[in-house]
Amino acid sequence: MRFVDEFREPELITRTADEIRRLADPQRHFRFMEVCGGHTHSIYRFGLKDLLPPNIDLVHGPGCPVCVLPMGRIDDGLSIAEQPNVIFTAFGDMMRVPGTRGSPLEYKARGMDVRIVYSPSDALKLARNNPDKHVMFFAIGFETTAPSTALTLMRAKAQGISNFSVFCNHVTIIPAIRAILDSPDMRIDAFIGPGHVSTVIGCRPYGWIARNEAKPIVVTGFEPLDILQSVVMLLRQLNDNQQEVENQYKRCVPWEGNRAALKAMAEVFELRPYFEWRGLGFISQSALQIRESYAEWDAERRFSVPGVRVTDPKAAQCGEVLKGVLKPAQCKLFGKECTPEHPIGALMVSSEGSCAAYYNYEHRKAAVLTNVGA
Amino acid sequence: MCLAIPGKIVELLAEDRSLATVDVLGVRRKVDLGLLLDDPPVTGDWVLIHVGFAMSKINEADAQQQLRMLTELGESEAAMEEVRGYGLGEPEETATTTGPGG
Repeated sequence: MRFVDEFREPELITRTADEIRRLADPQRHFRFMEVCGGHTHSIYRFGLKDLLPPNIDLVHGPGCPVCVLPMGRIDDGLSIAEQPNVIFTAFGDMMRVPGTRGSPLEYKARGMDVRIVYSPSDALKLARNNPDKHVMFFAIGFETTAPSTALTLMRAKAQGISNFSVFCNHVTIIPAIRAILDSPDMRIDAFIGPGHVSTVIGCRPYGWIARNEAKPIVVTGFEPLDILQSVVMLLRQLNDNQQEVENQYKRCVPWEGNRAALKAMAEVFELRPYFEWRGLGFISQSALQIRESYAEWDAERRFSVPGVRVTDPKAAQCGEVLKGVLKPAQCKLFGKECTPEHPIGALMVSSEGSCAAYYNYEHRKAAVLTNVGA
Repeated sequence: MCLAIPGKIVELLAEDRSLATVDVLGVRRKVDLGLLLDDPPVTGDWVLIHVGFAMSKINEADAQQQLRMLTELGESEAAMEEVRGYGLGEPEETATTTGPGG
């Protein structure tokens, strides 16, 4: 366990944790979902659970774009890497994610031209500098990342760069939250809303969660104090029987979001009728596809992709963990067949996935303690 | 994945107003300002950077705090690797195969 005086502003942390204990009625049990993988990472990294009373559970949501991407999409993207004269580009996060026949890194080892880029604009630059090759960018991410891909495609069109395309896997956060709320075994009382996604979409799109679903939601930053303050705000709303959208992360998130970013997304993307999420299944209108006016830069139109579907093993209980029905360690495969080294389910794939975060910080810590004890 | 890195704008590029040089803990790279068209930053402003694009303007105190948190989260290395990896406006060698800092 981490000691409070290791935090910046330890008195404020202590006061906020005291306030949480005062507000959390011991007769009640509270389940708060943090939607964003970045929050999950902070919560484990800083051991924030140790500062919360036992009747507050933090449930880790679907906000890790690497985790929720179905394996079939990775296979489809990699099938393009196998075509002659193609350079496959993706963010570093994607490189170790397994497809049925290996990860992008393993494809590289087999001789395919696979490269890490840190920005979609660098993939476009690579295309400009290699006119005899085709550069495909494997795009992933929520609304935080989608505007950058959109702007890159606008630049490709304006500059007439035709040896560049995007394999689009961008997803949108609101339909995923809706899918979780719609599921009959859902047990969430309130939401810790995503931070960086909200710099783009703002706070308005969460209104229905408060109005129609009667659940409080607080858009939240990533520091320990941010997350604890957000828990205070959620408890106050629940105690006062209020359901509102509040913004704890005002220093980065304007209520209206980023209009220029939203405009770029609307110019290039439209909603897909449906898209598959690992752990949640098919969700309608939950992902973005490239508009007809940008068809020339759409890898799915330029190349024939097989449209692979790979179902997760039945024994993996990712869906239940995502909905807060099970904790990571309660899944039958957790820490046995399914580990960060050999992920079977979605949530073990990336370090921001709830099972991987739990494994790296809690499970390993427990294992060390057991060994020391023995 | 949703890593957002604070950087200070040290120069707006005269030849392309959509680009600026930012300084992130001493490393200088070009970032794209195209997503801040509604409220364009000026030299000396701090911005949050995600995958090579400035996402929002922030004040200096918050930027410094965010940098401290990246260190505490054990993510400052990843952040610096990302920033060094941005190839926009860099010579071709660094942009392609030699990787960060190459």
